Amino acid sequence: MLQNYLPILIFMVVALGLGTVMIILGRLLGPHKPDPEKLSPYECGFEAFEDSRMKFDVRYYLVAILFIIFDLEIAFLFPWATALSEIGLFGFASMMLFLGILVVGFVYEWKKGALEWE
Amino acid sequence: MMEFATHAWNALPAWTQLTVFSLVKIVAILVPLILSVAYLTFAERKIISYMQVRIGPNRVGPRGWLQPIADVGKLLFKEVIVPAKANQFLFVMAPLLALAPAFVAWAVIPFTDTLVLANIDASLLFILALTSMAVYGVIIAGWASNSKYAFLGSMRSAAQIVAYEIAMGFALVGVLMAAGSLNLREIALHQAGGLHQWYVWPLFPLALVYFIAGVAETNRAPFDVAEGESEIVAGFHVEYSGMGFALFFLAEYANMILISTLAAIMFFGGWLSPLPPAWIPSVPVIGALLGDGVHWLLFKISALLFCFLWFRATFPRYRYDQIMRLGWKVFIPVTLVWIALMGATMFLTPWGFIFH
Repeated sequence: MLQNYLPILIFMVVALGLGTVMIILGRLLGPHKPDPEKLSPYECGFEAFEDSRMKFDVRYYLVAILFIIFDLEIAFLFPWATALSEIGLFGFASMMLFLGILVVGFVYEWKKGALEWE
Repeated sequence: MMEFATHAWNALPAWTQLTVFSLVKIVAILVPLILSVAYLTFAERKIISYMQVRIGPNRVGPRGWLQPIADVGKLLFKEVIVPAKANQFLFVMAPLLALAPAFVAWAVIPFTDTLVLANIDASLLFILALTSMAVYGVIIAGWASNSKYAFLGSMRSAAQIVAYEIAMGFALVGVLMAAGSLNLREIALHQAGGLHQWYVWPLFPLALVYFIAGVAETNRAPFDVAEGESEIVAGFHVEYSGMGFALFFLAEYANMILISTLAAIMFFGGWLSPLPPAWIPSVPVIGALLGDGVHWLLFKISALLFCFLWFRATFPRYRYDQIMRLGWKVFIPVTLVWIALMGATMFLTPWGFIFH
C-alpha cells in the first residue's frame, strides 16, 4: 500500500534536484558582473520612490479568508462524493443541508458587497 | 556475464530495485514532458503567428524547428541576476517551488490502463493539493523580489488563482459524484464504451468551468493580468533573468499540459477510443489505431492545448474586476447548482443513470 507512494517521494526529490541543477548551471555558465544599477529594483528606469513592500488593498485579505471557507467546504465534499453510493439519501440530504447553510453565507457576502471590486 | 548481472540485481534489497525502477520511469516521464514544453512554446509562436497572418520563427534550423533549442541555449548562458534589495534565499527558492509541483503531479497521471508511475487511490486529491502549492512559488517570488511590479503581480495572481481554485474544486466534486472514485485510472475507465459515455456530456457545465478555471489558474490569456505587459511589465517574475526565469516558464507550460491532460482524463475518456468497442475491426494496424491507446490521450491533450493558444490569439484581456466577478459570481453558483441538481437527479428521480 505505502509502497505506491515511494515513487512520488523519489519524483519530488528528482524535481527539486533538477531545478537546483538548472539554476546552478545557469549561474556557472552565465556571466557574473554585478553593478549597483543592474541590481536595483526595476521601475521603468526611475529611481524607486519608496519601499516596495507597501500597503495594499484589504480586499485581497477578504478573498483569502473567503477562499479558506470554501476550500474547507470542498475538502468536506471530496470524501462525501466518493462515498455517495453507500451513504444514500440520508447522506445526500445532510450534505445539502450543510451546503444550504453555506449558500446563505455566500448570499450574505454577495449582498454585503464582499465580492465587488471597484 | 548476463547471468552475473541478473544475479547481482536479484541480490539487491527490494526497495533498491524499486528505487531504480522508479528512477527509470521518472526519466521516461520527465524527458518527453520537457521536450513537449519546449515544442509547445514553438507551437504557440507558430500557431499565433499564422492566426495573425505572419510566418513566425523560421530562421533557426529547417523552418524554425530548432528555435526552442536555441532559446534554451540562450537562457542557459544569460546572467542570473539577484537584485541587491531582494531576499536572497527566497528569491532563489521561489522558482523551485513553482517548478516542483508542476512536475510531481505527473507521478499519478495514468497514460493508459497500466502505464502509470504511482497508482494511488487518492490521486485526484493529490493533484488538487499539488496544484494549490503552485501559488506559493508566485507569491514568494513577488515578495522576495522587493520590486513594486513584482509585488503587485503576485498579489493579483494569488487572488486570482485562489478564486478559481474553488470553482475548479467544485467541478472536480461533480466528477467524483459521477465516478465514485478518487483514482484517476478508475475515473477514466468509468467512461469506457465510446464517445457517448464520456463525462463531458452529463457534466458539460462542469467541464466548461474546469477548463476555463484551468486557463485562469495558469495565468494564461485572456486572464493574464498577473503579467499584463502594458500595466505591470512582467508581473511577479519581472526581476528574474536567465535560468530563474526559465524555471517559471517551464512550470507555466508544464501546468498548461497538466490541466489539458486532466481535462482529457476526467471529461474526454483519457486514453479510451471514441468508438464503441463493437465497431473496432480486428484488422492488425487499423484496429490498434482505432482502439484504446496512449495515442488517443496525446491527441486529446493536443486538441485542448490548441484551445489554450487559440484563446490567446482571439480574446482581449479581461479587466481584473471582471475576472473576479466571473470566478465568484458565475462559476461558483453554476457549479453549486449543478452539484445539487446531480445529487437530486441521482436520488429522487428515476433518471439517475444519466450521471453514471
